[in-house]
Parts: sequence; structure tokens; C-alpha cells
Amino acid sequence: MTVTANQHERTIDTTARPDSRAAGATSSGRPGRGRRSGRRKRSLVAYLYVLPAFVVFAVFLGWPFIQTVQYSFYDWDGLSPATWAGLSNYLSVFTDSALRGAFGHALILMVFYAVIPVMLGLFLTALISRANALRGMSAFRTILFLPQVIASVVVATIWVSIYSQDGLVNGTLRLLGLDGLARVWLGDYAFALPAIGFVGTWLNIGLCLVLFLSGVGNIQPELFEAARLDGASARREFFSITLPALRGQIAVALTLTIVSALKTFDLVYVTTGGGPGTSTTVPAYEAYNRAFNTGQVGSAAAVAIALTVVIMVVTALISRIQPKDVQ
Amino acid sequence: MKRHTSKVALLAGALTAIALGLTACAPGGSAPSGTQSLGPVSKDIGSGKVTLTVWDQNTDGGIDDAQKQLNADFEKKYPNVTIKRVSRSFSDLKTTLKLALSGDNPPDVVQANQGYPDMGAFVKAGLLRPVDDYADLYKWNDYYPSSLLKLNSFSADGKKWQGDNLYGVSQTGELVGLFYNKAVLQKAGISSPPTTLDELTADMAAVKAAGSLPLSYGDVEKSPGIHLYGFALSAVAGAQKVNDLVNGSSGSWTGADEVKAAGVVQGWQKSGYITPGANGVSRDAAVASFGKGDAAFLITGTWYLATLAEAPSAKDIGFTALTPAGSDTPVTMGGEGLAWAITSKTKNANAAAAYIDFVTDKNASEVLVKTGNLPTVVPADAVPPTGTVTGDITANYMTISKANGITPYLDYATPTFYDTITAAAQDLVAEKATPQQFGQTLQDDYAAFTKKNG
Repeated sequence: MTVTANQHERTIDTTARPDSRAAGATSSGRPGRGRRSGRRKRSLVAYLYVLPAFVVFAVFLGWPFIQTVQYSFYDWDGLSPATWAGLSNYLSVFTDSALRGAFGHALILMVFYAVIPVMLGLFLTALISRANALRGMSAFRTILFLPQVIASVVVATIWVSIYSQDGLVNGTLRLLGLDGLARVWLGDYAFALPAIGFVGTWLNIGLCLVLFLSGVGNIQPELFEAARLDGASARREFFSITLPALRGQIAVALTLTIVSALKTFDLVYVTTGGGPGTSTTVPAYEAYNRAFNTGQVGSAAAVAIALTVVIMVVTALISRIQPKDVQ
Repeated sequence: MKRHTSKVALLAGALTAIALGLTACAPGGSAPSGTQSLGPVSKDIGSGKVTLTVWDQNTDGGIDDAQKQLNADFEKKYPNVTIKRVSRSFSDLKTTLKLALSGDNPPDVVQANQGYPDMGAFVKAGLLRPVDDYADLYKWNDYYPSSLLKLNSFSADGKKWQGDNLYGVSQTGELVGLFYNKAVLQKAGISSPPTTLDELTADMAAVKAAGSLPLSYGDVEKSPGIHLYGFALSAVAGAQKVNDLVNGSSGSWTGADEVKAAGVVQGWQKSGYITPGANGVSRDAAVASFGKGDAAFLITGTWYLATLAEAPSAKDIGFTALTPAGSDTPVTMGGEGLAWAITSKTKNANAAAAYIDFVTDKNASEVLVKTGNLPTVVPADAVPPTGTVTGDITANYMTISKANGITPYLDYATPTFYDTITAAAQDLVAEKATPQQFGQTLQDDYAAFTKKNG
């Protein structure tokens, strides 16, 4: 919906204010029927250009997607003949407490994966962008971005050892005399999910910071100068100039981090396998487990489709805060 | 506006067409047509060139050596046969075997896990060949204890485990039992290992009073929960009751024995007998800490034999199982390694059967003993010396398997039982669920499956 609205506005914009592009288009355009058929031919040719990409999409994404949709309406163990299940697989996404729990955990992970990194990223950006001539900036940027580059299985294994009985976290707590707080973090019902979430925060903060810093770099320095001449405080500068200018980057960061929170799989698979109990199950893990381990392919497909829908809705909502026209 | 509506109509039409197409052909093809027609069987595998593709899960040190040697020996005996071996770890095999079997060109011989989730699903889809005719040919019925052959049997429709058709034989034996450290027990004033569950609990109290950790336990992988509870349940309820419960003939997970066993396990946790934070400790870490002499007991499977026989405190380690009330011999969970089965699409069934017999027979068992493994049927002349952990395990296994005192793995019960019981066992040990609630969670899964299976 938003996309069409934007396009509509943009068309109106170009006709109302004929800028150079619009003017060019008018001068080359021919009046009457000729113009119309020309445009038609052009659009057909355009489809031809899209075709190779579309074929790749259709074979590797489109068809498997349609197949997944099909599976989701069946009760199927993956081997023997399937029986029609109607919407019951989708209903169980809402009624099955195991699946509801998995989606709930994904929502909590969103706070750790997206909200906290974006907030912290903005705060750090405000700090760092004031240290304009900071030496070795690119080195810092590389270090902060490093978690994104490391294979996620490696990241998970590192954190398993950090959280273990005699790991870094407990060692530090004991050093500070806080023995009472030391625990097996990934085996604790209350802390396992936040512990996994924190790994997500650590992963995504660098991504957010690098995005925001590059965004700040694009702001014309004159704006800051003018604000300072007018006596604006650092706080005011941030909220009136930096934050609005970063809207595009924030939208991108939120999209990437929220999607990564919703589709978390590898971290959970390596660190807890959904445990203790079912306290760290997530939809992607449930989909995998049901399809490959417990022989509930239909239910797994329904979970996967539901997850896809949630991701698409969230992405569409985020695109609303994206600036309408990025020049 | 008109164009808009026609687009909507087009889209709706396309979607309807897709939906119709999807409903027209259900995934999974058609049901297997009744009984498979099996050709005449023979020990003679001919002289033409044959390539046997074999999927096994013998990836661990000792058993991998044994398998390599057996494959080489087989190729020497039958020069016209080439073995194409695909070896995967248990969990990798579990996830990929389904896809491989449902393809047009499946392997000839596979190791299929017993119970409903794997072998049951394969049989139901008609992917495995019944091997009763080969069992007659190679005298498997005389060689293996009947209780072990039952574990590898299903009804022809895959709905009833321990049914009439045999679908494979196993190479190795397994027991979940009680490893104990003699030195730690001695420090607590205990001279002989416990023989009943009550004695075990009492010994744990003594060990704790003496300042040591009674039971080393790690359950982050979730599967050890099955072994802990299954061990306790077998020691409370006995072989017949547990077997009937798991194969769906009778009983309930909320029964008195079932809840009592859960209560005992939770009692250990409440009294501080179990590794703190066990749900976040890995099984390997728990085994390693027991191997160093940090704990008195360890409840796990004989597949850790090789690891523990080489552990720092190996000379102090012994192995035993508990005897339930009303039984003369110990009863514990276990059974046999994955069944070696023949796929129904193989073109070389005779060669496949000859291969399976070759890697499981008496000669193969001797190779297995030499490489530090426990064969399904221990050859009389190859029993390891008593007093070592290897000797303890072999002696226990021979006694218990002969007396049919082996109870099946509890996760065989339903296709989803592995998930259900592993999560529930973590809840039980973390005191998030009472023994009664634990039993109810299992019963809910069990009842849903029984209802669906009819």
C-alpha cells in the first residue's frame, strides 16, 4: 500500500515541478497514439531484460515458496502420502503453546537484536561524530564491524564458552566477589534467552554504528556550523539535525536487525537447541526441527510461511519511516 | 479503474489455478501398493560387477576402524563388489537419510534408527525391504536374542513397532548404566556399588556428606535427559512394564511407577546430588569431569566406553545396572545400534544381505571387540577380563541381554517423543515441573499419537 502511495506522490511531484529529468522526458515524447504504442513496446522489452533474473528467482525461490505453501496445507511426515489438513497447521501456530512460545521468544529477541543496538548505535554515533579528527577511525570501524564478518557458528561457540560454568562471565563475577550471581547462563530458564539476545546485541551494534557513521558523514557540515552559531546544544543538534538526517539509515538498520532477530536459527541451534525446556525456541528452529527431526513437514511449512508473513509485514511497517524521496 | 479490476481478476484466477494444481497432487506420492513382491533370495551374489552404496553412522574412532576393516575384508571376499561408503554422525544421518531414501536412487544398505520417527516412517512409506527371508537364510533368528530382533521389527504398514516384519539387524549392543568411581565411593565409606535405586540414592547422600559430587550430569544437548529418566524408570518399573509402555501396548506415563521415577530424579536435584546448572553443562563436560574423578557416579551409555577406558581415573571406574523389585537380574535401558537395513529400491538385495551378514556375524563381532566396541552378540571366546570397565560392561550386557532385561529407548514411543521428553526432562531437573506434570506432558504426546495412529 505504502509503495503505491509513494509512487503516486512522486508522479504528481514530477509533473508539478518539471525538473531536468521531467523536462527531458517531455521533449523526447511524441504526442498522440505514436507515443502510447512506443511506451508499450518499451515496456515489453523491459520484461525481456528482467527475464533472466526472474527465472533465477522463480526456480530457486518462487517455486520452493509455492511448494512450501502447498505443504503447509497437508499433514505430511516427509515420506508417506500426505493427507489434506486444511488450515489446521496454521491454526496450531496460534493454538500450540510450543509454537506460540517460539514466536514470543522471537519478539523478545527483537528488543535485543534491533532496539538496543539501534539506540546504542545512535548514542555512540552522537559521541563519535563529535570527535571529528579521531585518528584510526577506520580501525575502530573495522573492529566494531568484525562480529558481522565472523561465521555465526564460530560466534556461537565462542559465546558458549563465555557463558559456561567457568567461563569469562562467571570468572569476572567471582573476581568481583559476586559469586551469588554466577550461574550456567545458557542453562538458566530466566537468563538463557536474554543471554542469546545479548549475543545479538553484540553482533548488530557494529553494523548499526557503521551505517550511522556513514550517514552522519553525508550531512553537510554547514548545517552543524549554522546550528552552533545559533547556539544550539549538542542535544539539540542531535535531535534536530543528526536524527532526521539518519532516518534512511535507521530504517535500513532496523530492517536488517529485526529480520535477523526473527530468523535467528544458528545461534539457538549451536548454543541451546531450544532449551532449557523450551525457553529459547524460535520459529526458524521449530521449522527446521519439525521438518527434519520430528517428521511434521506440514506444520514446519506453516511455521515458515507464518514467519515469512511476519517478516514482510514488519519490513513494510519499517519502510514507513524511510524518507519518501532520497536524492 | 477497469484495468485495475481486470488485474485483480487475473491475479485471483492465477491463484485459483495454483491452488487447484496444488490440491490436485498431494505431496508424498501414492501409498505403497500392499505387500512388496520379493524375488527369490540366495547367498550367491553372482559374479557381475556390483556397487553397494552403504550409509552408516560409524564415525567414532573405534567403530570407524572396525567398519573400514570389515569393508576391506568384504571386498576381498567378493572381488566383484565395490563398497561405496557414506559415513555420517548420528544426528546428520537422522536428518539426511529421509531425503536420500525418498530419492529415485537411494543407497542399497542404510543404518536406520529404531522406533516410529525413523524406521517406522520408512516402513510406512515402503522404503525398506523386509528381511525375514534373509533371516531364515542366514539364521539370524538363532544368532540374535529375540528381544533384540523385536526392536528392529515393524508391522508392514509401519504403524505398529515390534510387529511381524524384520527390517534389519544390528552390529553393536548398547546399555545405559551406572558408571561409578571406586575411589570416590571408598572415601565415602562405600565398599560395593549400589544394586537398587534406593541404595543408589542412599550412596549419593553418603558421597555428598563426604564432600564429593554424587552425580556428574550435563544436559545441554537435551538427549541425556532420556538416559537419566529411562535408567531410573527401568530400575523402578522393570522390563516388561517399560517395554509395554514404549511400544504402546499398555500403561500410562502418569502411572505410579512413572511418576515415582521422575520424583527420584527430581529428589536428587533437590538434595544437591547433581552437577549444579546441569541444563547448561554439556554431556562431554560431564563425562570428562567424571573421568577425572570429580564425581562418584555417571549415568550414560556404553558408547562412552572408549572415552572412559582412557580417562585419567580409568582404573577406578566400574560399571553396573540396577535391579528392580521382583527381578533377579538388573534391568536398564539400551538395546542395539542402528539396524542395518536393505532399501526396497535396491537392485542388489542378495549382495546387500550378504554384506549385512558379513558386518554383523561372529567374525565381525571379534573385530568389534578388538577395536574396543561392544558387539550385539558377544563371542564366547572374546570376553574381555573382569575388573576393568570394559569387562564390567561386557559382563552386564551379556547377563541383561540374555535375561531380556533391556528396555527400549523411551523416545521410540512416538514420532515427536524425543522433543517432548528431552524438554520435559530439563523442566524436571530444573524443578520447573513436578513429577506429576512431567508425566502428564509425556502422556499428552503419547495419547495424541495413539489416537492418530488408531
